[in-house]
Amino acid sequence: METSKLLKSGEFLVSEIDSKDIFIPEEFNEEQKMIAQTCSDFLAAEVYPNLEQVEKSDRELMKTMLKKSGELGLMGVSIPEEFGGFGQSFVTQMLVAETTGAGYSFSVAYMAHCGIGTLPIMYYGNKDQRERYVTKLATGEFLGAYCLTEPGAGSDANSGKTNAKLSEDGKHYILNGQKMWITNAGFADTLVVFAKIDTDRVLSAFIVESKYPGVVIGPDEHKMGIKGSSTAQIYFNDVKVPVENLLGKRGEGFRIALSILHMGRLKLGANVIGAAKKAITDSVKYANERKQFGVLISTFGAIKHKMAEQVIRLFASESAVYRASNDVDSLMKKLTVDCGDYGRASIESISHYAVEAAILKVVGSEMLDFVADEAVQIHGGMGYSAEMAVERGYRDSRINRIFEGTNEINRLLVVDTAMKRAMKNDFDLFGEAEKLYSDLNNITSGKKEGESYFEQKYRYIKNFKRAILICIHGANKTFQKNLVHEQEVLNNIADMMMETYVSESLALRVEKLASMKGDVALYKDMLDVNISETAAVIRKSAFDALCTFCSSESCESLHKAIDNLTKVGCVNVKDARRRIADKLITDNCYKF
Amino acid sequence: MKILVCISNVPDTTTKIKFAAGNTSIDTAGIQWVINPWDELSLTRALELKDDTSNGIKSVTVIHVGPAASETTIRKALAIGADDAVRVNAEPLDAYYTAAQIAEVVKKEQFDVVFCGIESSDFNGSTVGGMVAEFLGVPSVSAVSGIKFENGQAVLTREIDGGKETVTVSAPCVAIVQKGIAKEPRIAAMRGIMMARSKPVKVFEPVAVEPLTQVVEFEKPAPRAACKYIDAENPRQLIELLQNEAKVI
Repeated sequence: METSKLLKSGEFLVSEIDSKDIFIPEEFNEEQKMIAQTCSDFLAAEVYPNLEQVEKSDRELMKTMLKKSGELGLMGVSIPEEFGGFGQSFVTQMLVAETTGAGYSFSVAYMAHCGIGTLPIMYYGNKDQRERYVTKLATGEFLGAYCLTEPGAGSDANSGKTNAKLSEDGKHYILNGQKMWITNAGFADTLVVFAKIDTDRVLSAFIVESKYPGVVIGPDEHKMGIKGSSTAQIYFNDVKVPVENLLGKRGEGFRIALSILHMGRLKLGANVIGAAKKAITDSVKYANERKQFGVLISTFGAIKHKMAEQVIRLFASESAVYRASNDVDSLMKKLTVDCGDYGRASIESISHYAVEAAILKVVGSEMLDFVADEAVQIHGGMGYSAEMAVERGYRDSRINRIFEGTNEINRLLVVDTAMKRAMKNDFDLFGEAEKLYSDLNNITSGKKEGESYFEQKYRYIKNFKRAILICIHGANKTFQKNLVHEQEVLNNIADMMMETYVSESLALRVEKLASMKGDVALYKDMLDVNISETAAVIRKSAFDALCTFCSSESCESLHKAIDNLTKVGCVNVKDARRRIADKLITDNCYKF
Repeated sequence: MKILVCISNVPDTTTKIKFAAGNTSIDTAGIQWVINPWDELSLTRALELKDDTSNGIKSVTVIHVGPAASETTIRKALAIGADDAVRVNAEPLDAYYTAAQIAEVVKKEQFDVVFCGIESSDFNGSTVGGMVAEFLGVPSVSAVSGIKFENGQAVLTREIDGGKETVTVSAPCVAIVQKGIAKEPRIAAMRGIMMARSKPVKVFEPVAVEPLTQVVEFEKPAPRAACKYIDAENPRQLIELLQNEAKVI
């Protein structure tokens, strides 16, 4: 049997993959579609009618909604059957994350429970811990939360001061400290708490039940958005945590925290897709009803431009999300066979794709911010009214750029992780980069006569990758160990990597779609516009980066090389966007 | 007691309908199919009745007349909670044809109560339920908005002009149900979705029946004319438009 090619994390920078080897959302099977429908039905029946009330910090109502989703089995999607769940693939988990993503603050509470509240125990817990907690978290009998951030420890998570001391009888850890920004704090039964044991320099993780004496939950924070999700501080005052509730090994906390963040980033990438689809549907419905100057505003080119951009950015992000999800699934299958433990195999696979996780997190959260912002703009004055769903969507969107590691941290991670993987010889990044750099004057756009539509697009994408390699090599050579302090340059490179990964995922999806259903003219329009935008981003980011380090001798050849590598054919993007918008307008909802 | 719920496969409400074959059929390309909303409510009520063990309902079966492509809709019904399903392998040519096929299955498989939605959201025929009862020679009650079982009889509540009517009938019978029969359609739970894969779907070949009607042409409603605003100070113009353009006075 022919096996699919599986790239390692970050390897996309130097390797190509065939479209038949990726997964696209159009390949969801009947069962996956049914699961997604259940999520949508649940939002329509239980969440949307309660949004106003739950936004008044009604903790009981949110708890009831979460419990109801548990009764439907939605909390057990990622949990194996032996621990009370349904053992679904990672792609299906991402589809559930996507669909529930349209649920505003419910979505945040639900994702926090199912992800960071449950999975650390599933992935790192021993059999006893999984049986005691995961079985209850998988059904919603228990609700979970994750306690990492402290007043003085945000992005620098390892600097937390919460402390655990072993009791004299050796039966308990005595926990003292304070955690903040804890989602689901108001009603969670179990807390995964990170603390340092004695004078350890590294974190350990504990499962703490909120009913333990000494656990004090503060009032809910007044937030800009996701007002229905309970976010509060939690204080631990001499809390006796049984030693058997140490999660993983002593000192393994930071690793657990980081791995769970990788998982959270991937899931966030999917989650924002659902929110964006909802905002686009809200946008077009309004544009198809609102008249100005005697005509519907959806007939105006400026509005079509906005709606088409919403669609293209969403569709492209979605392509990247499911491409990466399937890579995680493929690795997970292999590792489950190798190590025999589903939980460990899951987290190893998720952590492996750390580069893609950071990309999806940044790209997705910024895509949703764009879509939500334009949704308000399309609504005009009404978009600023709290009566409209887009107003809530706009406020709720903003947090995605902050939690699960800020986008600033994640941009640095995109480059840093890829370079570290290359240093471990996962793929040859530096050799390829050096080759290109040493031959700058001979770099051309590589244009060939008679190349097909997709050959042309893949050539552009390969050129974008070469531009990235040139920047990486130049920056490395100039700054060496100090590169870590050149965050602006790293941001430039991260932007180039992210745009390229997304464009490539979109091209692969459109090519696969063409092989499945023939007429993909509209999807080619999306790809044309996307490539044209990506070329502009690559060119600007590359110039910004190069100008910080190029010498007067290398400046001209570097600029010429980047010019050649970002040359793309002329496309009538206005007409392409109009055609995309016209489909949206005809359907009167997002249906691509 | 065995309940049979008739399930029709209809385009979802966001579908923009296009015609094919010289406006004599629906272009099904790209349509997303869903369970007819009235049938989904029927199924929900049937499952509620089964959940109450005092009703002694052994099984809830769904039946659908349609080609293999419509099995997705049947699986959805199984995921919601139906125990098993029957598919009559034929295009539903008209209401008479469809009713004849359902009646044949009821004769073979023996059901006590047959639930039919009062109409389907695509063709709005409202005739299949009555015809099934006629083929079977059993009572049918239309516009049912409530059903329970007492002393071996079905107690049915009907919506009538300005009020309600309660009737009893003995099984076997056909209940033609409308909205109100259940509060909200039941959502398929994860366990149900997983179990739907292995639930049995019997496929019967159709019996030879000639449809009684043939579609001559479909047409869409004329697009609504643009709204005209008339100055409140100008009633003469209003009268002129009503007389000469709308021709209603």
